[in-house]
Amino acid sequence: MVNAIVNVPAQAQRGEVIEIRTLVRHPMETGFRRTQLGELIARDIITTFVCTYNGAEIFRAELHPAIAANPFMTFTTVATASGTIAFRWSGDNGYAVTETVAISVA
Amino acid sequence: MRHRPGGRLAAVACILLSFAAAAEIAPSDRRSGYEFMGRATRAMQDDDVANPGMLWVLDGAALWNRTAGAAGRACADCHGDAAASMKGVAARYPAFDPARGRPINLEQRINACRTGRQLLAPLAYEGRELLSLAAYVARQSRGLPIEIAVDERTRPFLDAGRAAFFRRQGQLNLACAQCHEERSGAKLAGNPIPQAHPTGYPLYRLEWQGLGSLQRRLRNCFVGVRAEAYEYGAPEYVDLELYLMWRARGMKMESPAVRP
Repeated sequence: MVNAIVNVPAQAQRGEVIEIRTLVRHPMETGFRRTQLGELIARDIITTFVCTYNGAEIFRAELHPAIAANPFMTFTTVATASGTIAFRWSGDNGYAVTETVAISVA
Repeated sequence: MRHRPGGRLAAVACILLSFAAAAEIAPSDRRSGYEFMGRATRAMQDDDVANPGMLWVLDGAALWNRTAGAAGRACADCHGDAAASMKGVAARYPAFDPARGRPINLEQRINACRTGRQLLAPLAYEGRELLSLAAYVARQSRGLPIEIAVDERTRPFLDAGRAAFFRRQGQLNLACAQCHEERSGAKLAGNPIPQAHPTGYPLYRLEWQGLGSLQRRLRNCFVGVRAEAYEYGAPEYVDLELYLMWRARGMKMESPAVRP
C-alpha cells in the first residue's frame, strides 16, 4: 500500500531554491463526527510532519482536526549539498510514515 | 375516415423521440465537470503529486502485478504492461459481455477476470482494492476520447439508460435531465450544476474525502431526489452508466479526476 507521494527535483544547483511537494494517505478523522447511532468516532489524525535535509530539520508542521483527508503540503528550501531529504508524518494511534529521497547538488 | 392506430402511435413516438433529441445537449456545448471547478481544484487534478487519486492508482499498480488465487496468476501475467494493454480500455466501458448477455462496467469486468481467470472471490464494490484496480486501469486512458460501441446488442440497454435519465423519480419527482440537461450551469445550493459527463471515474471527491465510483455518485443523486437507491452493481446503474458514457462520447478521459 502506497502511503505517501513526494516530489523533489533529483538534481539542483547549489544555492537554488527547490520546491518540495508531499501527499500522504490519511483519513484525518476529526473526532467531532458521530455514527448513525450517535456514538462519537474517535479522533484519528496526523499531528506532526517533519522534513529533514541531511539530518537537519528544514520544515515542521503541526496538523489539526480541521485539515482534510490525505494532506498535501508543499514548501521550498535551498539546495545546499547532495544527500537525502527525509519525511516523517506521525499521529494518533501510533501512526508513523517515513519516506526518503536522494538529491544530487552540483 | 378510418383511424390508423399504428400510424398515430408512430407519430407520437416521433414527437417523443424528437423531444428527447432536442433536450440532449449539443456535442459542441458539452462541458466536463472540470470546467465548472475553481482554479484550486483544477490544479489539484492536474498535478499527479497533489491529486490524491494517485494514491489509489499506485496501489492499483501493485495489485496489478500481485500473483494471487488458485490459478497463481497476476493481472500482468495475461495482460502484460497495463500502459500498453489497458490503454483506452476504460474509455470503452460499459461494454457488452457475451457471457452475461448484457453490458458490464469496468469494475464488473475486473471482478469477472478475478473469478474466471484468477479463481478468486470477487472484490467488494467501493472497497479499496477494486477502486485501486479500476483507477489504475482508467488512468491508462487519460486524455483519450470516450468511445462507446453501440450495436443491436447494446441498444436496448442504452435505451433503458436514456429512459432512466429522462424519467422523473423519487419524492422530489425529478429526472436526471431536469438538473443536468435543462439547468446545467445554474446553481444548486451555491454550487454549479455540471452536465453529468462521467469523464473522470473513479474520481476523488473532496466531499467524500476519498475515491469513489460512478455508481457511488449515482447513488448520491438518487438519495438527493429521495428515490430508493439500487444495490451496487445493479443492472439499472450499468444501463445508466452506459447511457452517460455514450452521451459523453468523444470527450476526453480524466481519470482519476478531482471534483468538489
